[in-house]
Amino acid sequence: MTSFYAQYGTFAVLVVVGCALYAVIMLASRIMRPTVPSPQKLTTYECGVEAVGSGWSQTNIRYYIFAFLFVIFDVEAIFLFPWAVIVSDLDATTAISPTFAIVAMFLFVLTLLEGLAYAWKKGVLKWD
Amino acid sequence: MTVLTSTTALAQAPSILDVGDGVVLPILLKVALVLGLFFVVPLVGGYLEHKVMGRMQNRRGPVEAGPFGSLQLVADGIKFIQKEDIIPRAADKPMFALAPGLALVPALLVFLVIPLGPGVFAVDLELGLFYALAITSISVLGILLGGWASANKFSLIGGLRAGAQLIAYELPLIITAITVAVMAGTLSLVGIVEAQANFTLPGLEGFNLWFVFPQIVGFAIFFVAAMAELSRPPFDMPIGDSELVFGYMTEYTGIKFAMFLLTEYAGMITMSALMVVLFLGGWQILPGVATPGCEGAAGIMSCDPIGIAISVLVTLAKIMGLVFLMVWARVAYPRLREDQLQRISWLVLVPLSLANLAFVTILTVVL
Repeated sequence: MTSFYAQYGTFAVLVVVGCALYAVIMLASRIMRPTVPSPQKLTTYECGVEAVGSGWSQTNIRYYIFAFLFVIFDVEAIFLFPWAVIVSDLDATTAISPTFAIVAMFLFVLTLLEGLAYAWKKGVLKWD
Repeated sequence: MTVLTSTTALAQAPSILDVGDGVVLPILLKVALVLGLFFVVPLVGGYLEHKVMGRMQNRRGPVEAGPFGSLQLVADGIKFIQKEDIIPRAADKPMFALAPGLALVPALLVFLVIPLGPGVFAVDLELGLFYALAITSISVLGILLGGWASANKFSLIGGLRAGAQLIAYELPLIITAITVAVMAGTLSLVGIVEAQANFTLPGLEGFNLWFVFPQIVGFAIFFVAAMAELSRPPFDMPIGDSELVFGYMTEYTGIKFAMFLLTEYAGMITMSALMVVLFLGGWQILPGVATPGCEGAAGIMSCDPIGIAISVLVTLAKIMGLVFLMVWARVAYPRLREDQLQRISWLVLVPLSLANLAFVTILTVVL
């Protein structure tokens, strides 16, 4: 058994155990709890009067833009992780010099920061 | 260009639970350890929060259940499981039931890689740091799902706020974690603790330091971002009770509500544990001080049972110290406004953490 399977085997078992735990908790609660439904109890908990319209209403478009911004930077993070592990091992004897590695990554990050600056200039980070 | 292949397959530290020759027994023991940690440590953190908040607000906190009220959260759990489960008629029922589980299971999974002492961890993944951050971000889905499935306007706004907040503050969190990885040269959490025990600044050889000293800015960013990730006050806009009733949890009752609550407390512990591992030297007592009963590199590995016990206690004490700080911040500061929250993340913390990354990388490579 290789180390990889030993390590991630435990993870796989734990995922199954976690899901089983959720099922057991729900089941135990189902057995132990009372159920006394009434129409008033099942109404939407809003302002004490009948809820107007559907709960799935239109919301601020800004949240959508934040999600977009996040995707840009999250992809950057994926590239940063392997770079971070190896950058301190580089020196003059390796095929890639540390200066090259740092400058290359900084150019990449700066490109993304430009995107953030653009979003800021467009005013998406400002709420009126 | 073959240089950039992984030069040495890092020898991962064995867990003390790797007993015997079999495969099944170690896995069972590790799962038991993770479950034990998941159900005990968050409750201790929660008890600490109740008591500390009580004292800071000039009250006594829980006193009735158990000695000094220490079983209050256990009693709460027993109460929650017996409460009637109300699912609103308008809600999307399967998704409504699934959401607390989707938040709870990742909170459990993070404990897999948290090291408490030499050998006291379930597994030491080579990608431990990456794993912890990746799993933490799954909880967002549970919260968004809960807010959407409730079919309640408060829940929907709360869920969207939570989603926007969690993704905004995940960036500074990830970038500061990467900065630590640059210094340590590894993503294994045990490896990061070892790297700190051996870390010295140039010109100060023989003077051991933890990563919090060269990276005090990174630690501050990580602490703020961690509190925001957990939606802890003063970053609790998603459940802001004066505007949104209780945000994405408005429609949740009984055991499902308890699951969201347990997720929050477990998150508080895992985030504190990550901070201890990344910045505060893990299970090392003080910088440069070898743990009693331990030998080997930097006096934190190959310990006898007493040394292991001391190490675990040190880690737990550090975790509880950070929980105390989070509770203090909760009591001391008023809630931020939603737009201020987003501005702080995108315009202050993200650029600052990138500047910190640049600074630390140049420092590490040049020196």
